[in-house]
Amino acid sequence: MITKRIIPCLDVKDGRVVKGVNFLGLADVSSPVKLAEFYSSCGADELVFYDITASAEGRALFTGILTEVASTIFIPLTVGGGINTVADFDRVLKCGADKVSVNSGAIRDPSLIAQAAKKYGDQCVVLSVDAKRVDGQFRVFAKGGREDTGLDALEWIRRGVGDGAGEIVLNSIDTDGVKNGFDLEMLAAVCEIVDVPVIASGGAGCAEHFKTLFETLPKVDAGLAASIFHFGEVSIPDLKRELAAAGINMRL
Amino acid sequence: MVAIIDYGVGNLFSLKSSFRAIGEEAVVTGEPEVIRSADKLVLPGVGAFGDAAALLRKNGMDQVVCAEAAAGKPLLGICLGMQLLFDYGVEYGRHEGLGLIPGSVQPIRPVIPAAYKVPHIGWNGLHFPREKSPLFRYVQEGDCVYFVHSFYGADCNESVIATAEYGPELTAAVAKGNVYGVQFHPEKSGSVGLHILRAFCE
Repeated sequence: MITKRIIPCLDVKDGRVVKGVNFLGLADVSSPVKLAEFYSSCGADELVFYDITASAEGRALFTGILTEVASTIFIPLTVGGGINTVADFDRVLKCGADKVSVNSGAIRDPSLIAQAAKKYGDQCVVLSVDAKRVDGQFRVFAKGGREDTGLDALEWIRRGVGDGAGEIVLNSIDTDGVKNGFDLEMLAAVCEIVDVPVIASGGAGCAEHFKTLFETLPKVDAGLAASIFHFGEVSIPDLKRELAAAGINMRL
Repeated sequence: MVAIIDYGVGNLFSLKSSFRAIGEEAVVTGEPEVIRSADKLVLPGVGAFGDAAALLRKNGMDQVVCAEAAAGKPLLGICLGMQLLFDYGVEYGRHEGLGLIPGSVQPIRPVIPAAYKVPHIGWNGLHFPREKSPLFRYVQEGDCVYFVHSFYGADCNESVIATAEYGPELTAAVAKGNVYGVQFHPEKSGSVGLHILRAFCE
């Protein structure tokens, strides 16, 4: 039986991991390679790297470290950030990424999903959506959650999957950072309309939140989080053991 | 030396790196001479069956691979590379494979429950339906490997050496003599995957 996935997400700027990583026993806590090795060894099922660099130099550093990560660890790697064209897909896939996540790039050019899916296959294209409740609607936000696009999130996701997105990362801005649990209502609405894997993001504060997620919404395939893993508030091996003990199928 | 056969499909970076990680020299090559001089062959592949089979034929690589396999050289097909070992596939029409493993490649949708998603993507446990193949000598029943596929090896019971449950038990690996195929990605399956590559190299 297929297992539920636990996915840590790392933000990378100018080739270094940012956003407060606080590991005891790791000499270089901002080295993407060291962190990738750490997470891989403690049972992460996949890693997501977001390139938050704006400059061309930073972008080159990012592909350099991606190459190094991909030659060191052997679990699926998803890359996002700054993906605006099929050439951007090509750039990161050549460095060893397995899946490429699009967000603002697809909002600017909605044909990007179909172009990339045709060239690399649906399984390669992840549609990442930042959504927030506005006027009783789930609304898509762009630019890291700062700009209301006016798009209805459910319509946008339905369209993305129709165009060939093979996986959805749903990040609820309403629950992100609150650490009060995943946005079950928004996730349920998305699971209802698509039949590709759905990855929940935003709101996890403790192991119990993952248990509630998978028990309440069996159609959700994975839980993604950043700071709670980076700060050691939730340890991935403990989390996976706890979920397995609760009868959720995990890779141990 | 392991030759990873490059016939213009897919990204071979991780595969090459994973052999390096287990201390095996691996070259990515489309040169028949290099393939003939290698100790082991790996046939990778992603994409659609028909396109890949055509590319393999276009370069005459199919003849080279079949001749080397017939001469007893160990061959490992991975993902679509495994599917190409079969007699034929039905993705976007019927296309001939290499015929090294009896059976065909069929869509998983009709054989799995409606609630199960396609592609079958993620980590799934291996089951060994018969005496464990030497390919799995370092892995245990239930160990998880990483799958991404929408088609599977069918009508190949005699060659199946591992399955994974996705509704029914789907073909996860096949073997016939010196020819092996795995539906999953050992180069993306953590230490379990590396153990499988190591067993193949020994």
